Amino acid sequence: MRICCPLCGARDRREYSYRGAALPLPDLAADVEVWHAHVHLRQNPAGPLEELWQHEMGCGAWLKVTRNTATHEILAVTLAEEACA
Amino acid sequence: MTLREGAPVADAMMELTETSPCAGLLPLRIGGWALEEVPPGALTLIAPYKGQEQALSAALEAVHGMGFPAPNRSHAAREASLIWFGRAQALLIGPPAAEDLAPLAALTDVSDGWAMVRLEGAGAEDVLARLVPLDLRPQVFEIGHSARTELKHMMASITKVEENAFQIMVFRSLARTLVHDLKRAMEAVAARG
Ligand SMILES: [Zn+2]
Repeated sequence: MRICCPLCGARDRREYSYRGAALPLPDLAADVEVWHAHVHLRQNPAGPLEELWQHEMGCGAWLKVTRNTATHEILAVTLAEEACA
Repeated sequence: MTLREGAPVADAMMELTETSPCAGLLPLRIGGWALEEVPPGALTLIAPYKGQEQALSAALEAVHGMGFPAPNRSHAAREASLIWFGRAQALLIGPPAAEDLAPLAALTDVSDGWAMVRLEGAGAEDVLARLVPLDLRPQVFEIGHSARTELKHMMASITKVEENAFQIMVFRSLARTLVHDLKRAMEAVAARG
């Protein structure tokens, strides 16, 4: 599996660290149930999923990666800073 | 250094001697390759403040003769080099960073923090191919190209500085491991003849 870092180019999976699902952050004042869902509840789809990966052994950037969990096909990669802008 | 009992601190301080990260480990000559420590001079990590990227690059050009490097690239000038060192980071090697840069970027003195070696000789990329998951052949990784990548599980910076010569940097605490792994790879490739 290779992920194409927007800064470094295509790199081996071993250079990256998985950082979990890419989810919008709830409002800090949101209800405990909302936070519970944010922290714990996942759909776990067999198919495209938006995830955060960090190019830890490379440039250090956090990336938003759309990965097909069934095939490991990488469908999209953007810098997390741009994805959140 | 040991502190002599009862010696004034000033006396003890006089005995401090600078030790380079690879002292006692290099140079090495194996096969057709030479592995040497690079005396780095000052190392300054330069991280542009938000919105200051272009002004910083112009200031770098004016005071150090090199603009902010694009990702995976480096610049070399007389007695100085500036290499891309990760997302929104560059490393100035050689002279201390000019004060003019301070309003535009976070400047962090990381001198003594990194071990820096030079691997030189025809086919040096064959040695690195044992350790690095990147295509470093000359037709792909040209002079001036630079990459943050891993070298045998160590976070590394690798720059093609001249024909057949790579500059390799890892954290100073990993100097001995770096030399060990490069030595093993040089021996292994040399043994294949
Ligand atoms: Zn990267």
